[in-house]
Amino acid sequence: MQHTRNQDTLVGLFVASGIAGLFFLAMHVSNLSSFSDEDSYTITAKFENSGGLKVKSPVSAAGVKIGKVTSITFDPKTYKSVVQLSINSKYNTLPDDTTASVFTAGLLGEQYVNLEPGGSDTYLKKGGEIEITQSAIILEKAIGQFLFKSAAEEKK
Amino acid sequence: MDFIEGLGRSSRISFNKLGRATHFLIQTISGVMSVLMRPRLLTKQLYSVGVMSFLIITISGLFVGMVLGLQGYYTLSDFGAEETLGVMVAASLVRELGPVVSALLFAGRAGSALTAEIGLMKATEQLSGMEMMAIDPIKRIITPRFLAGLISMPLLAGIFSAVGIVGGQIVGSGLLGVDEGAYWSQMQASIDFYDDIINGVIKSIVFGFVASWIALFEGYDAIPTSEGVSRATTRTVVNSAFTILGLDFILTALMFGDH
Repeated sequence: MQHTRNQDTLVGLFVASGIAGLFFLAMHVSNLSSFSDEDSYTITAKFENSGGLKVKSPVSAAGVKIGKVTSITFDPKTYKSVVQLSINSKYNTLPDDTTASVFTAGLLGEQYVNLEPGGSDTYLKKGGEIEITQSAIILEKAIGQFLFKSAAEEKK
Repeated sequence: MDFIEGLGRSSRISFNKLGRATHFLIQTISGVMSVLMRPRLLTKQLYSVGVMSFLIITISGLFVGMVLGLQGYYTLSDFGAEETLGVMVAASLVRELGPVVSALLFAGRAGSALTAEIGLMKATEQLSGMEMMAIDPIKRIITPRFLAGLISMPLLAGIFSAVGIVGGQIVGSGLLGVDEGAYWSQMQASIDFYDDIINGVIKSIVFGFVASWIALFEGYDAIPTSEGVSRATTRTVVNSAFTILGLDFILTALMFGDH
């Protein structure tokens, strides 16, 4: 009888450590703890060019992650890229003249949306739109312009 | 002509075996309710299948994580991207290595033991003895072991990945000087709960299902001699490895294909 009881304890320990392992993966390794969709609000921003931005790319202000990109669609009327940003509701005091720009983390890092708050007293609400946007810098375009410029200078 | 004849015969034999295996699986699953009424049968098998595999899984997980930490560091430091070490270690463990390596170890450690046990039961006519006593050997012997394998596998894979990630952190930030905060925060930013962790768990459940099925069927189907049991044990390990790796490819293509 003693033997079976020991066995039961070990089985209990095994199941508990397995669940602890999975729990550790969920809470400590994945992004489950950082944001859930329930306590967030959505705003839109229209970019001339959203570059390599992807769904789930981070949205940050002053270097701190405050939300994520939830959808990117092409508007066939204005020929712009419509990006939906889901912002954590803790940060509901973004002014309505906030500037949104697509930046790259490091030279080759992933692209993210950076929000630069303006000075207005009215805040962006749920479903609001950011009007001042700055497109992604396309590296090929920048290099092309630079080459053209230096070639033109050489001719002079 | 001999070749074609042989081909036909061997394919008929393998389809026949697949059919018997499917029949066996259906019988096994139909016994689930009666096992759940007697949980003691299940805990006993959880002990011999799960607890006995715990140590090998933990130690292998630790070393796999540490090796990933070292190799990842050497490669990533060429690009000056050591901070993403955590992402690399966690993504490879949670998506692939955790489920696959723990399933292979499981097939070697627990699957071979199951086959040998059931093959010997058959060879010593214990299974026929049970039938004589009007006890269904599938419900009494096979189903508890099958369920134990199915439950243990995701838990073992979870332990493997968790220990491996900690092992990678020990090597990465303990020995090689990657920033510990960056290791964890980059990992949390890139690993998605549903895309990565849940898919990894689904993989390990599928592998547990397949590995236990193969091990139990090979034992049940073994030729009841000592040679037959030894062959069945070998087949268990070889077939489980093939099936796990093949299924892993299919599951990966299905799960991670849309990125």
